[in-house]
Amino acid sequence: MMIFGDRARRAGSALRALGLSFGMGLAATAAHAQEAVASAAASPAASGSPSAAGSYVPMAPTPGVGMPVNGGLGFQPQYTENGQYALWFHDALLMPLIVLICLFVLLLLIWVVIRYRKARNPVASKTSHNTAIEIVWTLLPVLILVGIAIPSINLLSKQFKPAPENALTIKVTGNQWFWTYTYPDNGGFDVNSYMLNQPGQPKINADVREVGSKPWDGPAQLEVDNRMVVPVNEPIRIQTIGSDVIHAFAVPSLWFKLDAVPGRINEKVLTITREGVYYGQCSELCGARHGYMPIAVEVVSRDKFNAWVQTHSGGVIDHQPKPAAAPAAPAAAASAAPAASTAASAAPSASTAPGA
Amino acid sequence: MANTVQDHGHAEDHGHDHDHKPAFFARWFMSTNHKDIGTLYLIFAIFAGMIGGAFSGMMRFELTEPGIQYLATFSHWFGVANPSFDEQLHLWNVLISAHGLIMVFFMVMPALIGGFGNWFVPLMIGAPDMAFPRMNNISFWLTVAGFCSLMASAFVPGGTGQGAGIGWTAYAPLSTSGSAGPAVDFAIFSLHLAGAASIMGAINFITTIFNMRAPGMTLHKMPLFVWSVLVTAFLLLLALPVLAAAITMLITDRNFGTTFFDAAGGGDPVLFQHLFWFFGHPEVYIMILPGFGIISQIISTHSNKPVFGYLGMAYAMVAIGVVGFVVWAHHMYTTGLSVNTKMYFTAATMVIAVPTGIKIFSWIATMWGGSLEFKSPLVWAMGFIFLFTVGGVTGVVLANGGIDDNMQDTYYVVGHFHYVLSLGAVTSLFAGFYYWFPKMSGKMHSEFLSYLHFAVFFVGVNLIFFPMHFLGLQGMPRRYPDYVEAYAHWNWVATLGYKIMAVSILIWIVNVIYAFIWGKKAADNYWGHGANTLEWTLSSPPPFHQFETLPVIDDNAHH
Ligand SMILES: [Cu+2]
Repeated sequence: MMIFGDRARRAGSALRALGLSFGMGLAATAAHAQEAVASAAASPAASGSPSAAGSYVPMAPTPGVGMPVNGGLGFQPQYTENGQYALWFHDALLMPLIVLICLFVLLLLIWVVIRYRKARNPVASKTSHNTAIEIVWTLLPVLILVGIAIPSINLLSKQFKPAPENALTIKVTGNQWFWTYTYPDNGGFDVNSYMLNQPGQPKINADVREVGSKPWDGPAQLEVDNRMVVPVNEPIRIQTIGSDVIHAFAVPSLWFKLDAVPGRINEKVLTITREGVYYGQCSELCGARHGYMPIAVEVVSRDKFNAWVQTHSGGVIDHQPKPAAAPAAPAAAASAAPAASTAASAAPSASTAPGA
Repeated sequence: MANTVQDHGHAEDHGHDHDHKPAFFARWFMSTNHKDIGTLYLIFAIFAGMIGGAFSGMMRFELTEPGIQYLATFSHWFGVANPSFDEQLHLWNVLISAHGLIMVFFMVMPALIGGFGNWFVPLMIGAPDMAFPRMNNISFWLTVAGFCSLMASAFVPGGTGQGAGIGWTAYAPLSTSGSAGPAVDFAIFSLHLAGAASIMGAINFITTIFNMRAPGMTLHKMPLFVWSVLVTAFLLLLALPVLAAAITMLITDRNFGTTFFDAAGGGDPVLFQHLFWFFGHPEVYIMILPGFGIISQIISTHSNKPVFGYLGMAYAMVAIGVVGFVVWAHHMYTTGLSVNTKMYFTAATMVIAVPTGIKIFSWIATMWGGSLEFKSPLVWAMGFIFLFTVGGVTGVVLANGGIDDNMQDTYYVVGHFHYVLSLGAVTSLFAGFYYWFPKMSGKMHSEFLSYLHFAVFFVGVNLIFFPMHFLGLQGMPRRYPDYVEAYAHWNWVATLGYKIMAVSILIWIVNVIYAFIWGKKAADNYWGHGANTLEWTLSSPPPFHQFETLPVIDDNAHH
């Protein structure tokens, strides 16, 4: 369906219009999803080894959401609360401020060019000191910086709010050159996530299908064979680690980036407020195929997440704090698998890197 | 700084000018003359800059559109006949690493410090030469040897393919267990040589500036360019040994079984980043401070007015140097720092904006009330002020640890530091070049071509680097040879900018050739009475040995 590769590459505005029309055609996308249910039953290779066939179908991304747009000028729209706060801080405070400073300097430069050129001002003044103005241009920036520091520190403290004890934990392992997502609270199964190959390009990953061969495939170089699936509106404890060299787990539309360093676990909380697919890319140089290990986070309802979990052999539904989101069946499953949940709580203790 | 001078030595110097020049080989290969060594440094920096610039051109061409188009061809140039796809991708990593290392260690630093520093620090303080002329010579040749080692690394195995594909930052474990083969060792050795050369150069400058100033030239009368080199030399002296230690630990981790950066043996990969950036952040100021000095000289000269707030300007550089040592982890916001650490580094980093602001405003205040002559150096210097401001304010954005989470390792960072370096430091280099070229060569360049060079360069570099901010905000990661279709538009613009910038470099080369063939003979002080530091009391070019009788600085001169 969406063949991003064929888009005209230089007409940014035209593309945005195109994106808009895609957005308005959401209904059509939903229709695709219906078809997908049928086709998924026919091709079970989509994600892991499905036990409950047909209960989980990957979601098709919304064009322009969770991915870059051609000719885009600013940050991607944000789908976490912290991301929205950070976006506000950048767009409403930092950006206008730095634009003003640049224009102010430019204006002063233009003024001295006009007013103090030799033809207009043949005799230079001898002034080389003015204590008052020197104090002003030292203290004024200090005040501005204090003004920036307050929301900045505030943002940091929001980002570092620890996860609630029973938050769903996902361990993200960076490998050369794919990601592994481990779900210790759900029976500890692994999901290996490889970039899809591009038609007409060298094959990056053997045994992985080409992008565009499933109706839910997103843009080339961003779409993967098995996405990281997470429930919406629940705090998720992301723990990153590297298995060989340093990688970085980054999703721009979730304002999230955390290095995956061999030998140490980094941890951060992520609460995503909207269902959808959000793409990112490895963001620390990790060798030859650094550019070809994208990240795709699929955010689904708790029910659909539970269904997805059960498509994995050994997948069990975690105990959740939200009774509304965890109906009877999952609760039963949770009590049926106490071993799994104890194992989960004993999982690698969260150390927020003490390295500094 | 601006001093009235009673120059006793001038006339005599002209007399035995030619008597002391050694023959060609002895003069250029065994030189102990600060001006000749400065010339060698400049020629070397231009040569290395051409190679580093060509690498960036190869990168820009590959990035013109999505997909891999040229890397196979480039592999042939490096002697790989049938590169696998992974080898082609590895070549990309070699290019980005080499571009960064060359531009930092073998272009900007040799040109600003080795070139202009060697040439003009002794002239400006009224010294006959540098304090340790032979050490000066070995500094230069070690730099050349370092460059050769780096070039050699591109032709030996480095893991996936030929060459060191570890980025200029050489993070472990990609640079240790992640890259088998001798290429990385060659690259590290290259940094050892260049680092040793710079440490010796720093010792030389500090000794020269502290001990060899002409009678009457107190520290507070030194031209700001000399101040800038003095602060830079201290930064070099304190930062480079830390780099040397870090990369020596890389060497032993790679070859002798240590595990400084290997968690399996009790080490920590992030430790390398702390050590690297403890050097790396001051390094940023090492590359820009001498440029600050050059810009101050030029603005004062062409405004026909002394520098505004001289002491503030000098101590702002000292402050930038000092604070520059306590902000390093803002390069590491996503490595898993604790919240308190991130808050500290956010606050400390923003402090640097204060002395930097003092400098920008003082430059403008110097022009304020002045009588501006728009000679080419002033045009370049005004371009510098604006471009550096743009690079500076994006630095304030990046300083915020919480904001940086979404910018770290994206093209926003690439745009930011190229505005500071490629548009800041390099613009100051060209400004200094046009300011002093006739003094060094004795030939006048074409002012018309200098303006043209500026105009084309200005358009070109802005087209390359400004769209990178957009790409970075949209999330495009750096160090990628290939990219998502959605990043195509601005990448295409950036490559167009590169072509325009390349034309400006051709204009500059034509200008230099023009000067040497048709250039008018340069007068002693071709910029007029606004240029009042000591180098303008000498002939153009200055005599082979100057100030055999030391100039005396007038006590009553004030800034
Ligand atoms: Cu990676």
